[in-house]
Amino acid sequence: MSNRLKSQIRIAVVERERERALLIVDGLAEAGDFDVTVIGDDTGLARRLEALAPDVVLIDLENPSRDMLEGLAIATGTTERPVAIFVDRSDDEMTRAAIEAGVSAYVVDGLRPDRIKPILDTAIARFSMFSRIRRELDATKAALAERKTIDRAKGLLMSARGLSEDEAYGLMRKTAMAQGKKIIDVANALVTAADLLG
Amino acid sequence: MSLKTLSVGFVPLVDAAPLVVAAELGFAEAEGVHLALSREPSWSAVRDKLALGALDAAQMLSPVPIAMSMGVSGLPSAMEVLSVLSVNGNVVGVTPALAARMRGGGWQPARSDAAATGRALIAAAEGGLTIGVPFPFSMHAELLYYWLGKLGLAAPAGLDVRTIPPPRMAEAMGAGEIDAFCVGEPWGSVAAEAGAAEIVLAGRAIWQFAPEKVLAVRGGWAEAEPAAATALLRGVWRAARWLADPDHRLAAAEILAGEAYLDLPSEVVDRTLAGRVLTAASGEERRVPQLIEFFDGAATFPWRSQALWIAERMAARMGLDRAEAARAARRCFRADLHRQILGPIGADLPGASEKIEGSLHHRTPVASATGEMFLGPDAFFDGIAFDPERDTQS
Repeated sequence: MSNRLKSQIRIAVVERERERALLIVDGLAEAGDFDVTVIGDDTGLARRLEALAPDVVLIDLENPSRDMLEGLAIATGTTERPVAIFVDRSDDEMTRAAIEAGVSAYVVDGLRPDRIKPILDTAIARFSMFSRIRRELDATKAALAERKTIDRAKGLLMSARGLSEDEAYGLMRKTAMAQGKKIIDVANALVTAADLLG
Repeated sequence: MSLKTLSVGFVPLVDAAPLVVAAELGFAEAEGVHLALSREPSWSAVRDKLALGALDAAQMLSPVPIAMSMGVSGLPSAMEVLSVLSVNGNVVGVTPALAARMRGGGWQPARSDAAATGRALIAAAEGGLTIGVPFPFSMHAELLYYWLGKLGLAAPAGLDVRTIPPPRMAEAMGAGEIDAFCVGEPWGSVAAEAGAAEIVLAGRAIWQFAPEKVLAVRGGWAEAEPAAATALLRGVWRAARWLADPDHRLAAAEILAGEAYLDLPSEVVDRTLAGRVLTAASGEERRVPQLIEFFDGAATFPWRSQALWIAERMAARMGLDRAEAARAARRCFRADLHRQILGPIGADLPGASEKIEGSLHHRTPVASATGEMFLGPDAFFDGIAFDPERDTQS
């Protein structure tokens, strides 16, 4: 590409999840002046990567398309192809951090380590950040779902036994404690039973 | 007493059966180890996690631990193979259009061997072939390079071998990305059923006894954790023996088909275990003897000569030092540990650690612990044998 500075590193981010892709792209923009392309679709991945000829490919460690990338990396050909960053054992610490964050990187042979480091540091930080955000989101969703079930169970008790809201909640708590269960388990059992009994 | 837990990686394929059965039916626990099976999305993930210690052991394509030990795949790390998990299991499929051209040239599916089928395929390809395999370092790739190479179609000039995940083979064929594939069952039959491919050959027709998947650990792990290694290998070996009983086939198919493993209809898994391949969308099936083998003929035994064949082929193709490749291969397949760990529980194992690969054309008795061991046929399609003494530089 004519408008690409000769020294500018071209990075491909293979990521289907839009939020994570944006998080990585933003991080890379802060870390330096890179030419970043997001590839969001697995179909035709090989063709797109060959056309793009990136210096660095960032991809989720768990992405099933990684095997395809391995194939591209070892294929014989005249063009320069990215090889897995893991071939360089000089920085075990970084490799371990990458695995833990769930990111794998393929870097074209010969790119200087000091030029790769900020990219990998950023990728590792952003992958970790995304995992944390997702964990928090999952926890919030789960809490919300529990809340709903408990409210429904409370409503069932209130109408069936003529209890107030506090009394209904108190009864569930007492039952849970007596049976060594959580309140949500008791609520779930109540809701299931009510559904079954119609 | 709480059991030690080992984290063991696998890829959801029929040949993960010995690991799945060892964990599900309690063979491993009876030997004193709990297997926490970890379903992995790719061979790259298995390889990296095992190398870095996120897994204790893993199912691997037989060439991968050798390639890792040679330093050509992922982190260069010495890996060791404690056991072969499965022998054979691959099929070759081509697009229906290519199959029609092969027929037009006089090819007859039922009467054709690997040489005739290969020649018909090369003639029908009109120039070059692009063929999909699950991973660049795989028995699938080795079989293709050997088979088509011997018949005159060599890489990279005439043969382009590409990596495509097995469940995507049918789609890649439909999209015109590949002309053919070599893939483990049931994915060949699945592609045939979808009308995307016609199965023209079983991998076994190229090499009758090809080590397909292996049980791999990091170099030195078995010596550092002798109790765990012993329990793991014994549990997996007992699972393989259980799988060899035809009465257990349906139960094995049910277990493997489960959501945690292959997540496919159990009939699809059973078809493979029963040695049947669906060859075309019209519903034709072909029986393939030893389509996949877990136990018989010392299938679990990690012959050093198998590793040497793989290493020699890879080194020659990639222009690597052949003597060094042979050394890495010999260290990688632990025939000695296999014998040492399984001997005391009555496993009948070969007395030798290397054999001439491809010299057996029939079931043949060999020297073993009890003297009653038979090895199955292991011939290559071209009839040429591989003698480690003669054919490697070491």
